[in-house]
Amino acid sequence: MPLLAEWWDLRDLGNLVGAILEWIADRGAPAWVPYVLSGIVGIAAVLLWAILSQLAFIWIERRVLGRMQVRLGPNRVGPWGILQPLADALKVLAKEMVTPRNADRVLYWLAPIAVTVPAIVVLAVFPFAPGMLVADLNVGVLYIVAVTSTATIPVFMAGWASSNKYSLLGAMRSVAMLISYEVVQVLALLSVPVFVGSMRLLDVVGWQDRYNAWLIFLQPLSLLAFLFASAVEVNRTPSDIAEAESEIVAGYHTEYGGIRWGMFQLAEYVAGFAVAATVTTLWLGGWTLWGLEEWVPGWLIFLGKLYGSFFLFIWLRGTLPRVRIDQLMGFAWKFLLPLMLLNVLLAGVEKVVWAETDAPAGVVLPAFAVLNLALTVALVVGWGAIAGGLRPQMRPKRPLLVRDVGGIYYQPLP
Amino acid sequence: MEDTGSVVAFWALAVVTLGSALVTALVRDLVRAVVALVLSFLGVAGLFVLLSADFLGVAQVLIYAGAISVLIVFAIVLTPRAARDNAETSMRLPAVLLAGALAGLVIAVAVATDWGDGAREGFRETASAIGEALLSRYVLPFEVASVLLLAAMLGAIVLVRED
Amino acid sequence: MSVGLEHFLVLSALLFGVGLFMALSKRNIVGILMGIELMFNAVNVSLVAFARFLEAAERLSGQVFVVFTITVAAAEAAVALALAVAIYRRRETVDVDRINLLRW
Repeated sequence: MPLLAEWWDLRDLGNLVGAILEWIADRGAPAWVPYVLSGIVGIAAVLLWAILSQLAFIWIERRVLGRMQVRLGPNRVGPWGILQPLADALKVLAKEMVTPRNADRVLYWLAPIAVTVPAIVVLAVFPFAPGMLVADLNVGVLYIVAVTSTATIPVFMAGWASSNKYSLLGAMRSVAMLISYEVVQVLALLSVPVFVGSMRLLDVVGWQDRYNAWLIFLQPLSLLAFLFASAVEVNRTPSDIAEAESEIVAGYHTEYGGIRWGMFQLAEYVAGFAVAATVTTLWLGGWTLWGLEEWVPGWLIFLGKLYGSFFLFIWLRGTLPRVRIDQLMGFAWKFLLPLMLLNVLLAGVEKVVWAETDAPAGVVLPAFAVLNLALTVALVVGWGAIAGGLRPQMRPKRPLLVRDVGGIYYQPLP
Repeated sequence: MEDTGSVVAFWALAVVTLGSALVTALVRDLVRAVVALVLSFLGVAGLFVLLSADFLGVAQVLIYAGAISVLIVFAIVLTPRAARDNAETSMRLPAVLLAGALAGLVIAVAVATDWGDGAREGFRETASAIGEALLSRYVLPFEVASVLLLAAMLGAIVLVRED
Repeated sequence: MSVGLEHFLVLSALLFGVGLFMALSKRNIVGILMGIELMFNAVNVSLVAFARFLEAAERLSGQVFVVFTITVAAAEAAVALALAVAIYRRRETVDVDRINLLRW
């Protein structure tokens, strides 16, 4: 049954909101009232969903991590530990917010806010269903990257304003990490508009619907790179260098307590949801499921895919050890960046070949899928061998004795 | 642009942009100046969106607020023993006079010129139009700009190397 | 009450004036650079305003010009800040009153 535009068609909740707004406009309200109200309803719905999802996922993540690490997760606070998010929230609210004496008060106060705002604002462009998105931008893909890139300066502000040299050091490491993986993220995202021909998110989902081909099959390398780069951007393991206990205390949010630290964690979770929403929309087909969206509401499919992608992040956190900062930077600049440049070039070439030869999509797209998958495996393995093996003295085959590498000469004391 | 939304948006964005630019010029601490500069960049991005340049607005946020401000921050952090104050040299008064005179001259010319009625509606979508223009009519500056960026990257790396 | 091209040009001129004041009178190299970036932004605003109010929708040369201006500004900021760090490493200062080896 195709999507109707009636208010009782729950597969697209935008119909319900649209019907209410039409009723209001028919009652003689000025023209700007439905416009403003639709914006308010959209914003409130997205915010409510983000916060509720975060509360649920605090519990889900800790239980799932526990089971992956062969232990129970939290199980004290309610049946199966269900009230754990509530306990966490109460703990965060009740902790003391100590401000350092030499802290730059304006920047110290502003940093948690400025970190949270981009994470929430970026949720405005994602289409949960054809009529359920807050802002239908023509440059949606670029908007996602631009807004997440503005979260870099607040990280520095937090480290600087704490007047703590270790906070500043942690902040600069985080900033270096963020800008390096931002380049990888942009290039990985770029191959999608090259294929689709538009930066509008509804067009991307429409393309995947029309050709019945999710972009994950056509661009696996960019999806892998985007997942890893975004895991770094939202400070999740394997790169949660800012929060790890063995790193510089707690990086840029060492001096933040109470609800301020809670806002940093909120920003990280909501940014994680935004990344999962990006992956779902751009590579996994959005709200479409090869025709199932005529029975199951599209937004449920979207949420299912989103939570599946976020589960992938949790899985990575439970499996991979933490990466060192220099390993992380080397991985970005020496491994992922050349691969992403090749990927954009490849996407462009494939698109031009498809346009020139004018072959039907049913022939061309599976060929591209197979070719891209083979190239992904070949490039990852091959370039990993080349780029990783360029310094053989860092990977000795057997332990080296000191006298074999030339010995250590001690200067005689004067 | 006569509708109320555009007028309110223009005045709000103008206040934010000019106000944060003045804060950047006048505040004593350099890092607060950088943060005010970022706010000014965001205000200019809003002005771009108001002028129907959606791609440029988003590019402004991405490049200026996301990358150039990080460059400035790195320059501040990599010069640890330098003074972090935002003071002026003894050329303060001549600079104020010159800047004021130049701004006044441009304002006088801009207000006095008759720009025609110019009642155009905004553009529909600029990203594809800019892309086509960059690859058809302006392809030479496009290629030169890419070489320029490569040269700037290499130059910056060479300048900052330790040895 | 409407907003026309003159409003954007006045805003651009004022922003340029603030940027020019900073570029001419700041003691810190980074302060001078911030003034230069403000001047770039002012010019971009006026270019986009011209493109919006005076150009046909098929041409968009003002916006293409701004693409190139942003590109050149980014390249220039990178090189200028690298210069600042290099000067600091040599002379331990970024105060333009003290970097005066080329004075007459």
